[in-house]
Amino acid sequence: MIVSFTLNGRSRTVDIEPSTLVADLLRENLNLTGTHVGCDTSQCGACVVLFNGEAVKSCTLLAPMLDGGMLTTIEGLSGPGGSNALHPMQEAFHQNHGLQCGFCTPGMVMTAVALATKNPAPTEAEVRHGLEGNICRCTGYQNIVASVLAGAAAMHAPGIGE
Amino acid sequence: MSNVIGIGAAPRRKEDFRFLTGRGNYVADVKRADMTFGVFIRSPHGHAVIRGIDKAPALALPGVQAVLTGDDVAADGLGSLPCGWGIHGADGLPMKEPPFPMLAQGKVRFVGDMIAFVVADTLEQARAAAEAVVIDYAVLPAVVGVLEAVRPGAPQLFDDVPNNLCCDWELGDKAAVATAFKRAAHVARLSLVNNRLIGNPMEPRAAIAEYNGGTGHYTLWTTSQFPHVVRFLMSALVLKIPEQKMRVVAPDVGGGFGVKQFHYGEEAVITWAARQVGRPVKWVADRSEGFVSDRHGRDHVTEAELALDQNGKFLALKVVTFANMGGYLSTFGPNIPTNLYGPLLSGVYMTPAIYCNVKVVFTNTVPVDAYRGAGRPEATFVVERLVDVAAAEMGIDRVELRRRNIIPKESYPYQTPVLVEYDSGDPMGCLEDALASANVAGFAGRKAKSERDGKFRGLGFSTYVEACGLAPSRFAGRLGARGGLYESATVRVHPTGQVTVLIGTHNHGQGHETTFAQIVSEKLGVAFENVDIVFGDTDRVQFGMGTYGSRSLVVGGAALAKASDKVVVKGKKIAAHLLEAGEQDIQFKAGVFSVAGTDRIKTFQEIAGAAYVPHDYPLEVLEPGLEEQAYYDPVNFTYPGGCHIAEVEVDPETGTVTLEKYTAVDDVGTVINPMIVEGQLHGGIVQGIGQALYENAVYDDISGQLLSGSFMDYTMPRADHLPNMTIKTHSTLCTHTPMGVKGCGEVGTIGSPAAVINAVVDALSHLGVQHVDMPATPNRIWRVIQNAAMPRAAE
Repeated sequence: MIVSFTLNGRSRTVDIEPSTLVADLLRENLNLTGTHVGCDTSQCGACVVLFNGEAVKSCTLLAPMLDGGMLTTIEGLSGPGGSNALHPMQEAFHQNHGLQCGFCTPGMVMTAVALATKNPAPTEAEVRHGLEGNICRCTGYQNIVASVLAGAAAMHAPGIGE
Repeated sequence: MSNVIGIGAAPRRKEDFRFLTGRGNYVADVKRADMTFGVFIRSPHGHAVIRGIDKAPALALPGVQAVLTGDDVAADGLGSLPCGWGIHGADGLPMKEPPFPMLAQGKVRFVGDMIAFVVADTLEQARAAAEAVVIDYAVLPAVVGVLEAVRPGAPQLFDDVPNNLCCDWELGDKAAVATAFKRAAHVARLSLVNNRLIGNPMEPRAAIAEYNGGTGHYTLWTTSQFPHVVRFLMSALVLKIPEQKMRVVAPDVGGGFGVKQFHYGEEAVITWAARQVGRPVKWVADRSEGFVSDRHGRDHVTEAELALDQNGKFLALKVVTFANMGGYLSTFGPNIPTNLYGPLLSGVYMTPAIYCNVKVVFTNTVPVDAYRGAGRPEATFVVERLVDVAAAEMGIDRVELRRRNIIPKESYPYQTPVLVEYDSGDPMGCLEDALASANVAGFAGRKAKSERDGKFRGLGFSTYVEACGLAPSRFAGRLGARGGLYESATVRVHPTGQVTVLIGTHNHGQGHETTFAQIVSEKLGVAFENVDIVFGDTDRVQFGMGTYGSRSLVVGGAALAKASDKVVVKGKKIAAHLLEAGEQDIQFKAGVFSVAGTDRIKTFQEIAGAAYVPHDYPLEVLEPGLEEQAYYDPVNFTYPGGCHIAEVEVDPETGTVTLEKYTAVDDVGTVINPMIVEGQLHGGIVQGIGQALYENAVYDDISGQLLSGSFMDYTMPRADHLPNMTIKTHSTLCTHTPMGVKGCGEVGTIGSPAAVINAVVDALSHLGVQHVDMPATPNRIWRVIQNAAMPRAAE
């Protein structure tokens, strides 16, 4: 079936089997392999994307549900047009060593962006609670939490991202 | 020179950008033109005879390219999966080593054992075809526990392995231990289980293979920590493809922790299948498949006894362990509960006599092999728990008992009674530093507050040491290693003076692209951003043993330092010629060659240029070019260690254990990048906390089904389980590695389980609790509390 949506700021139309999961659509059909699949029970959060501004696990979303909506993946978060400028949350993960192997990172960053958008000044406990749906096996979370706190502050700093 | 970022600095990581922007290149991201998709058919039974396989219904389905089974493997004369270690029993006889076929030969021995491989044009077609293959099983009784497996009458996995006993291994002086126990004032005894774990790197395993019929070359992309070893084993023993005609690529790999340091049957089957079908073949495990096929870790049942004199001095330690190997011997399997376990039972203590007996046992479970720490967390858990039991029984403070037995700093190098010689360390210094950092003095006040809230609070210590930097090849060879354990590095200086390093270790989260660039930046005075690190491709990197056993910096970094030094030696020869001076008068510092005592200089960049444009160059005595390679084989293991202190609160109403504080003071030798070391410790410690409080692989003991086969059933540590940890280093330098480094990849996982459980037991000690097995789940702790309360209620 034909599905039209906005993907990383550009309109996109695909012809797709209705049973296709968004995670598979992105990875297999659109070659956006930054969205990762780390489990088969919607537990790990590696596939989190922003759909209409909400963090969602793209392994739980069927492609037809995208119709008319706005989807942002990790590839669409940094500066436009192939610019290398990182989003403040990506920069915060870089500065705070919030990633090791990088596999959970896209889902973590997307979850963090949604969290910080809703809650501009989260506490450490709120960040830890907010990341409950994302598993990281490398970092022990400490530097991810520090990254999210710094990223949230940077996202809402005067003159940035407004 | 500007932008030198050297040893001890904390630059942000070079590798971050591609991961943060979704541009990593993991195996599952790789696509090849005209590729097919493969699905493995795995045993649904723990133990069964395969009476027949009917492929015909599957082959009749659309898009199906091949259905390959054990019979096809046998018909092609392919080898079985080799074990990299051949250990010997106490009787001097070699371990029992039944073959581990890549696809089952007549029998399956665990749920997940591979039976067939189905290849089709699409993944959906392959899945449908896998469902259509008809397999006739005669189901046999299964045995999953080590104690049950060695009992008379237990189901037998192999006809020629009586009582499922692979090896009855021992280490140490049995007679000396017996004598010491006779004169002991006190003997502390402990029975414990070291719970089975599943490593679960976040990236599931995957592989893609293709065959070029024109050249006869194979390429395999695989989620591996050691691509050269995979190629070597497949070439020499499994597929017998000429080594030079096989390329193995392990690109970005999403975590390993040991799980990806084995040669898996999937790699061999897919490579073989690519030639059979004449098209690239791709397989990506889903997580459920990973649970029943990724090699598991730990799974020991142990009885330990510590003999002490009246002052609490340790006299002797005796340990008997039953170690689960699962259904077959994996690549490092038998090495883990023996050579990486027994020698660590000395801990940081002056125990004069130690005896260890390990019964290595086959069961109907996933093969067990190395998982972060591998043998050493198990040994540390035995020793550190037993010290606490002894302290409680003798009425000696736990810290004081440790102080009485810890090896003093000035006694290093220290020869233990179990093979290894510790070269350096300061466990007492780590302990004292940790006591202050954890504010142990304020614990009584915090405990009193918890009591007012109706909670039990406990403090747990773990003073520990490990052996890593695997490994001195000659020593490992005597213990049964069938391969070498050196590492190699090439420093390729380009005509511009920029540098590419080719190294045989593999970076899958450890930050090698950053740390190794710092070493080169410091050694050669080259700007940090002008050094790139290449790894994970057998066509680009000469050779290498890969990454595991906290060896990358210790062994690979040493090879890199050595190769960098060779570049300087050659650079000095070139500089001597250009500066018309004697070679012995040339100095090299911060990227500049100079004639001692003069202002005549050549920069590193100028020397590199001269090496590649050799117009004014000593061609009679020196080859053009500036590229040096080094292999490094360590002379000893390294012995990082430290002191971890955990503080927990237990809710007696629910049995929930909350980790309130965690402090680690570790001796990892020279720190190259403190930011990365701290990150390694965070991650390692949380994996140990996971073992202590959450993680447990559970099998049904009748059917052999894995009951904890998904993230719904196997609890992974999550962000809201944990407090912020306090991490410090208290370093002594390794005396035999070039930079004094000791390694830091596994220390966290080795030190932490004992600290956490010692804290839980401390919190419950007023109830008379002496030991709690891992994981300390609410269910288990609630029961312990109820059971402890019952006798009192009856009084």
